[in-house]
Amino acid sequence: MATKTIRVDTLTRVEGEGALELDIADGAVAGVRLSIFEPPRFFEALLRGRAGAEAPDITARICGICPVAYQMSAVHAIEDAWGITVDGPLRALRRLLYCGEWIESHALHIVLLHAPDFLGFPDAISMAAAHAEAVQRGLALKKAGNEVLRLLGGREIHPVNVRVGGFYRVPTRAELAPLAATLEAAHAQAVALARWVAEFPFPEFARNYEFVALRHPDEYPLNAGRIVSNRGLDIAVAEYEAAFAERHVAHSTALQSGLRARGSYLVGPLARFNLNHDRLGPSVQALAAELGLAPGCANPFRSIIVRAIEVVYACEEALRLIAAYEPPSAPAVPVAPRAGEGTACTEAPRGILFHRYRLDAEGSILEARIVPPTSQNQSTIEDDLRIIATRDLRLPEDELRDHCEQAIRNYDPCISCSTHFLRLEVRRR
Amino acid sequence: MDARPRPTLAVWKFASCDGCQLSLLDCEDELLAVAGALDIASFAEASSTLRPGPYDLSLVEGSITTPQDAERIRAVRAASKRIITIGACATAGGIQALRNFVDVNDYIAVVYATPAYISTLATSTPISAHVKVDFALHGCPINKTQLLEVISALLAGRKPDIPNDSVCVACKRRGTPCVMVAQGTPCLGPVTQAGCGAICPAYGRGCYGCFGPAEAANTAALAAAWTALGAGRRSIHRAFRTFNAAAVPFREESDAHGDENHQG
Repeated sequence: MATKTIRVDTLTRVEGEGALELDIADGAVAGVRLSIFEPPRFFEALLRGRAGAEAPDITARICGICPVAYQMSAVHAIEDAWGITVDGPLRALRRLLYCGEWIESHALHIVLLHAPDFLGFPDAISMAAAHAEAVQRGLALKKAGNEVLRLLGGREIHPVNVRVGGFYRVPTRAELAPLAATLEAAHAQAVALARWVAEFPFPEFARNYEFVALRHPDEYPLNAGRIVSNRGLDIAVAEYEAAFAERHVAHSTALQSGLRARGSYLVGPLARFNLNHDRLGPSVQALAAELGLAPGCANPFRSIIVRAIEVVYACEEALRLIAAYEPPSAPAVPVAPRAGEGTACTEAPRGILFHRYRLDAEGSILEARIVPPTSQNQSTIEDDLRIIATRDLRLPEDELRDHCEQAIRNYDPCISCSTHFLRLEVRRR
Repeated sequence: MDARPRPTLAVWKFASCDGCQLSLLDCEDELLAVAGALDIASFAEASSTLRPGPYDLSLVEGSITTPQDAERIRAVRAASKRIITIGACATAGGIQALRNFVDVNDYIAVVYATPAYISTLATSTPISAHVKVDFALHGCPINKTQLLEVISALLAGRKPDIPNDSVCVACKRRGTPCVMVAQGTPCLGPVTQAGCGAICPAYGRGCYGCFGPAEAANTAALAAAWTALGAGRRSIHRAFRTFNAAAVPFREESDAHGDENHQG
């Protein structure tokens, strides 16, 4: 019996640490394991006994790439527990802040982490020699997203200005004006970026995924909505844990999430686009159509185009929010801690991020539950890899490994979030 | 064109959020210049090319929390001429050092259904507890301008120009009215290392100490000032026990306001 194991010890161009192992027995793929060995940091445990008001700053430290996502899910969940409603300009500013994170995070992934796969480079720096304009444009877009974070949040990584009830300080209209000029330029760059990535060579690949995303009555989803899927799931956020279960597998420090009824599912840009195409607005829809992207896209390799489309959308939406902005009378609504339980789900750049907190009468956290997007995508990534590895089994090992890593990067996995980084190991038996 | 070989750079991650190494990629205007001046030999988050050492300079993010990582940092040290630790995890153990104050098995049981799958140490410790460190850059996250300064200085063989005064001093320089005096808002600025640019007070909130203790920080005097503003023992305890909880001056001050029923 011919057996072999192929292993990628350190998966590169992803955020966090993990490995990939393929077991091959008698010329067929016998096992695929996305090993996440990021050391556990025990956030759900260390949050116990902390003040509910500390949750946004503490959970931001789960991920330096998408701290705003953690801050947003945290404040919405605590506000849910304490019966607080934040609307009007404060709600709009939160959405604007989130747009900044989408632009920054997507530009980072598209240009610095994923594009080199399609164009055959080990990284964006070596890609810059042949594609200088595209790399410069990507860096400029990333910088524009970071400028939104810096102005509204104080700094780009672990912003300091988000609090339960709103913000510590809100900007004036005059302070937002220069941001509008930056975002106008970024919008044009984002359209060019989308056209650039749409020309990449895409492998033929499609699966019958269950896509899961938020859906809001009139917005492309960021901070709020019901949790829906293309197979009829339609639940309130508070019902999340009734519909989804996490399990702990031996090869991973991340818990894997699945639908109790049907197992694997896919979250992130592709799911959002497929389920919310009608909320993108006419100009973004027209651009998607021009690039050959229609709702129902089931090729995860094309998620790089969807990410670029979402950058265009986030620039447009940010400009709309800035144009409509009237400063609120106070930077935050009054907050009165009380005993209770609250849940929230927001759309992190990589997909839905669920938080639940149970708090005592003083507002201290008794229990915390956090489900990041990458642990939700983990079993779907393994399913994709099983198909790709089977298809490419006869290719030289280097190529097989590259194809697998590229397929993993389709999900922009944030392993720090889910807990850790990747190695690819293929065992041939 | 200078024909001398460029100094080699490696970037390493231990238990952390990735934010401090992201600071390097966040140098959007300088990134290509940095890549031109340095030979980036191993930076897994940014490149699939991972070359073996030795390296002229290693940036180390994250704390040591597993037996494997305690071994790995020794290998990094052996392969590196100089090591700069970047961020609160690498310099003080990070937020995950809250485990140092409890039984880690209780933490494991809260998060994981099958604790036997988890290999972890009872403590989260800074890199300097394991190997010699050539320079420690503080912050949660670090300041990217300071990062560029430290890299340039070490490569030029000079001392990095990183002031070690407090956020309080930086705030006065920035001209921000004192939030403790003007608003009665508790602030850790007087005892916290500068470097962030005194952002929090400029946004109307008290400093929360993410850059760790400043040199000769009088934490007891500040805690007394907080008490005078009406802050309770528990909130003082929590304030010193966050991202730099294991840094000695902060640990001692949080212990002084501890409450056995309130580990947080």
